[in-house]
Amino acid sequence: MSDAIVAKGLKVHFQTAAGLVRAVDGVDLTVAQGAFHGIVGESGCGKTTLARALIGLQSATVGQVSIFGRDRTDWAKADRKGFARTVQFIFQDPLGSMSRRQTVGQTLEEPLQIHGIGDGKARRARVQELLDLVALPETVLDRLPRSLSGGQRQRVSIARALALSPQLLICDEPLSALDVSVRAQIVNLFARLQAQLGLTIVIVAHDLAIVREVCSSVTVMYLGRVAEEGEAKAVFSDPAHPYSQALLSAVPSPNPVTEATRPRILLAGDPPSPRNPPPGCRFSTRCPVVEPRCREAEPVLRAVAHGGAAACHLADADAHAMI
Amino acid sequence: MTAPIYQVEGLVIDLYTPTVSVRAVDGAGFHVAPGETLAIVGESGSGKTVMTLGPLGLLPEGVAVDLRGTARADGKDILAMSPAELSRLRGGFFGVIFQDPMSALNPMLKIGPQLAEQARRFAGLSAAEACKEAVSLLARSGIPDPEDRYDRYPHELSGGMLQRAMIALALAARPRVLIADEPTTALDATVQAQILALIRQIQKEDGIAVILITHDIGAVSVLADRVAVLYAGQVAEEGSAIDVLTAPVHPYTRGLLASVPDFRSENATGTKEIPGIPPNQAQLEPGCRFADRCELVQPQCRTHRPPLVKVGNGTVPHRVACPVVIAAEGIVIHV
Repeated sequence: MSDAIVAKGLKVHFQTAAGLVRAVDGVDLTVAQGAFHGIVGESGCGKTTLARALIGLQSATVGQVSIFGRDRTDWAKADRKGFARTVQFIFQDPLGSMSRRQTVGQTLEEPLQIHGIGDGKARRARVQELLDLVALPETVLDRLPRSLSGGQRQRVSIARALALSPQLLICDEPLSALDVSVRAQIVNLFARLQAQLGLTIVIVAHDLAIVREVCSSVTVMYLGRVAEEGEAKAVFSDPAHPYSQALLSAVPSPNPVTEATRPRILLAGDPPSPRNPPPGCRFSTRCPVVEPRCREAEPVLRAVAHGGAAACHLADADAHAMI
Repeated sequence: MTAPIYQVEGLVIDLYTPTVSVRAVDGAGFHVAPGETLAIVGESGSGKTVMTLGPLGLLPEGVAVDLRGTARADGKDILAMSPAELSRLRGGFFGVIFQDPMSALNPMLKIGPQLAEQARRFAGLSAAEACKEAVSLLARSGIPDPEDRYDRYPHELSGGMLQRAMIALALAARPRVLIADEPTTALDATVQAQILALIRQIQKEDGIAVILITHDIGAVSVLADRVAVLYAGQVAEEGSAIDVLTAPVHPYTRGLLASVPDFRSENATGTKEIPGIPPNQAQLEPGCRFADRCELVQPQCRTHRPPLVKVGNGTVPHRVACPVVIAAEGIVIHV
């Protein structure tokens, strides 16, 4: 199987008044075609910036991205519309990503018009098809985004992204603005669409339980770098990086009996600022199993027991540190 | 069982603007005792915040309010209090932690003096004592180097530290009821775990009552002794955290819990969804509020409001407002 995304040595740095922010600081990422890939991590780890840089919404300082085997920059330059027909982005805030004055019908038809797809009749039929795909009633066609519920708005933005039948969807926190029961509806919608349309989906999320539920592969980021990556089930059941272990441990069990008896890892402090990452391993300032070498040399990703890779001096193919 | 320290019964809150009237709370109630944590669980718009803070006069600005029912703090009728008495009660008896620390802290003042002011006014300390108390509150809330942080402005602290400073502020008046309104929603997973652990530790040490208002089932599972599930302004189910979270009866509670994945569970059933959306509280129909989204709906659900009845015989009463499930599963009702 070929790869949908291959990113190499990606860095995105921002110059701010307070200094250089290394939002993404040397990331290699490969997403297989047909994967449902999750990117997880805490605020400031660079997950959203990475997602935006993958499709060029944010220009990278250094590094290279190829999408379905083509260099992304060249592709977008040579054939902007063709690129847009292949790759679509879904934003965290659906309201902010839609025109407030366009009805849902107009919002869904616009990409078809821009790309000159079909005549009026064919486009209206396609809009109807899109509504069915995301399970919205026809009655929303004449409504404005503001009058829809949060879940409905997110369905509209998903439908719009699907209008041109893309092969790759990149979604930035598409669930975080939604209520619990509605969140489950949208998660299931993504899973269904992927199976039905054979999409490759990359989803940036901070809800780890949901990533475990729907994603086939996962990247855990910390302070602009990849801490660990691999098959989602494998990483969740046997995390090799101490940060992944702590991050997973921080997620409470919804069962109070399990919660009261399970061992818990409490990390001290907040993540350091991406303006001033510590030398050596970036997690060394909070790591409970830190060793002197961790503060000196930055670990690189290497193969670990679960089949994926982790960037930890104490992790290799045979064993890894346990907090 | 210890007598409740904050108790609300038969509460109805209507909110009006010139164009809409919304029944935010519709005959709901709750109680919490010293040393106990009650979680009030519901989705946005369920009325969980309005129900808890409304009786204290903390309501959205710019809307007219009609509030009926009873609310007692330490046996005293809150709804009959003068604005001055209520203000003293809010400042001293109740401590509130909000989702956004900047809604509680003054951005123009240093952290320490804000805490000291609170301790002086409501805990009756002298200026010098209050200053010392502020430093020890910061330390107790897990803020490293509290003497240094005393002189910092809110914008100089990270999100997690700011949340801790707000907890210190809420504790400065030595409250007997701590209300935490979505205290961890805006925080990252590892910081969330720290804040929940801090709230639990404070409660153990001080034996105060804690009310946790949240939609996060994980936070409920960490902290709560008892849970009340609110749906469209009414209590659907209440009981011990173990009963409600592990043996839910109401179809809404069951649906809500099934929509929350548990990645530690071997037989993970995935995320189940509740179809539809909550009702429009400006146009409420009679009967069960959940009827339109419920798989088990019967004709009488649309005409009669289901009463909360006691199921099971545990020491903590487990009450459910769904006669349909109770009848279908032959659940014994206790009086």
